[in-house]
Amino acid sequence: MLKNDSLENVLYIDLTRRTFKVERRPDLFEKYLGGTGVATRLLHEECPEGCDPLGEANPIIFAVGILTALFPLASKTVSMFKSPLTGNLGESHCGGRSAVAIRMAGYGAIVIKGASSIPVYLSIEGGGRVHFRDASTLWGMGNFSSGRIIRENESGSGLRTIMRIGKGGEKLITYSCVTTETFRHFGRLGLGAVFGSKRLKAVVVSGKSSLPITDKKVYRKLYDEVYTAAVDSPVMKKYHDLGTAENIVPLNKFGGLPTRNLTEAQFEDASRMSGENFARQYLGRRLACSHCPVGCIHIAALREAYEDVSYFYKTSMISYDYEPIYALGTMLGISRPADFLKLMDRVEEAWGVDAMSLGVILAWATEAFERGLITEEETRGVKLKWGNVKAYIKAGGYIIDQPNDFYKALARGVEYAASVYGGEDFALSFGGNEMPGYHTGPGAHLGVLVGTRHSHLDNAGYSLDQKILVQKKLKPEEVIDALVAEERWRQILSSLVVCFFARGIYSPELVTRLLAVAGFDLTEGDLERIGREIHTEKYRFKVREGFSFDALRLPKRIFETPAPVSGLDEKYVTKALAYARDTIRKELDAAG
Amino acid sequence: MRLAVLETEKCVGCQSCMFACSRRVGEAGLAKSCIGVRSIGGMERGFSVIVCRACGDPPCAKVCPTGALVPREGGGGVRVLPDKCIGCGHCREACVIGAVYWNDETNKPMICLHCGYCVDFCPYGVLGMQKREVENVEE
Repeated sequence: MLKNDSLENVLYIDLTRRTFKVERRPDLFEKYLGGTGVATRLLHEECPEGCDPLGEANPIIFAVGILTALFPLASKTVSMFKSPLTGNLGESHCGGRSAVAIRMAGYGAIVIKGASSIPVYLSIEGGGRVHFRDASTLWGMGNFSSGRIIRENESGSGLRTIMRIGKGGEKLITYSCVTTETFRHFGRLGLGAVFGSKRLKAVVVSGKSSLPITDKKVYRKLYDEVYTAAVDSPVMKKYHDLGTAENIVPLNKFGGLPTRNLTEAQFEDASRMSGENFARQYLGRRLACSHCPVGCIHIAALREAYEDVSYFYKTSMISYDYEPIYALGTMLGISRPADFLKLMDRVEEAWGVDAMSLGVILAWATEAFERGLITEEETRGVKLKWGNVKAYIKAGGYIIDQPNDFYKALARGVEYAASVYGGEDFALSFGGNEMPGYHTGPGAHLGVLVGTRHSHLDNAGYSLDQKILVQKKLKPEEVIDALVAEERWRQILSSLVVCFFARGIYSPELVTRLLAVAGFDLTEGDLERIGREIHTEKYRFKVREGFSFDALRLPKRIFETPAPVSGLDEKYVTKALAYARDTIRKELDAAG
Repeated sequence: MRLAVLETEKCVGCQSCMFACSRRVGEAGLAKSCIGVRSIGGMERGFSVIVCRACGDPPCAKVCPTGALVPREGGGGVRVLPDKCIGCGHCREACVIGAVYWNDETNKPMICLHCGYCVDFCPYGVLGMQKREVENVEE
């Protein structure tokens, strides 16, 4: 690590005492690079064993990486906390301006502890300044309004991130999100509720600084290499043109697009809900994260007429991606893009919850309603029905307001709701986290089960299905080995906070050369070792907090609905999990 | 030649130009950037790209009490003469578009040189080089 690299600065903020301090922690970054690695270490240091995820002891940790603001696409911020949804490891990544802003403000990581007695927001500026602002007036406001007010009140336009929560976070909904720059999210595992439990409405971070490098010429040359690779790559073009929504058509064709609570894996109206159709009819703007030339963020412009006044319209700008279209679209049998956008607008602007979790929960509720497990008494008269967006908007609003026990249960996730009302067999939860949009086969489902944060992005099992398993059967042990190997490498990428979309560009060989410019002399072997270590440390946290492979289950529905890559049955899963358990145990024992 | 913002509506806000500008002087980060990209009150409305327009009769140079800002021949913006500059900041106030950036270390202005280095790092054709001078009523 180079002298004077501000990356080593960790900002500790105590909301209870309204104090802050900066500690130099080169030890953390030299050993774990940044991002996931450093955040994992800080979580071990700061999160007391068995703490209440919504209690003031639970820390919020943000970490960025060595390459942030040095090279393109190292543009993610990793957040870590104990998840109120799963009661275990909480890790969620977000782009926008967050990573560059934190690095340019002069920090490698930020730790927020304690809880405020009144609503506050934090303003973190370069030069070591932290302001605690009264956010009483902002409490209850949606994402757009609170963002606009903070934008007008604070300096640093163009150089800042504004992370904020909506009503979901304030109401401690266990899968509420934190939104940055209006359209990006720390979406999964309930960081929004941890903010809410601390009465922390928002965090704005801004800065503009220089970073040390070893050699100007080498730096420029390497930069050009990465930049050119990024703008010339066909994968990047795909993400720019249609965005992740491009995946709707191929996933549907493949037969892996979960539909109507995964009673089916193909959607008859997939072409209407496709990325192509969204772009043609609604695409209003593309956006990029700071320091990423790709611009994969797709924003729809939805023009709606007010029903009671003639010639009076409003135009809403609403982001869309593959996962929200799956969760709030196909899973709910919604086949009109405008209907999806209306629901998405509520989710993103007013409610501030994880679109994926909410969609899966509403899908379970619809099926439970159809089967008579719940009635209009529970739903307060809402007739949940596939494709009925008005009912879903109503039900979503009730989840936020929680007027009765049923909606209180829905506010705690699908696993909890099913434990109260039944229907566990079709409650699509993996390790307590709601299912992502891939019913491709063994890789996808085992991947989410054994992934440290039960996310499809932990190890991309859906990709293993589509690239390998579709051609060649693998033993359960081989699938686990492949998933674990991928997840270990991804610990390096997410410690460098490189966007996973750029994983094809950021090869181990390139990474070592880029790190050298920042004064990190590491070999590919070192990276492999560090990746393995971080993965093990995350599992150490999980086990400490009560995680057990033996408690993992796949909902029956996964086996009932045929997937394009077959072979996943109870026996296969049992074998795979036993092997995964042994693999991780060995790792933990070896690490001591 | 001058740097021109050709089509702001095509800007996705990636800020690659800002990083390029700092890199041009051998720096990593953003401290030395003479170009800025910020949202127009929320990203949904798009961006403004703020950089010196190479005015015909630059207000920044006109208000400089020490003659530290010298208009370039052929409308290529202004040159900053650091030895003459006293860091009063009048130039910054005189620029209505906010294109006079500030070097906090030296306490002196940083203004685009119109070198065009950033143009190569704008993937969407927002930036370009132009021969034409900015139209000016006084000319």
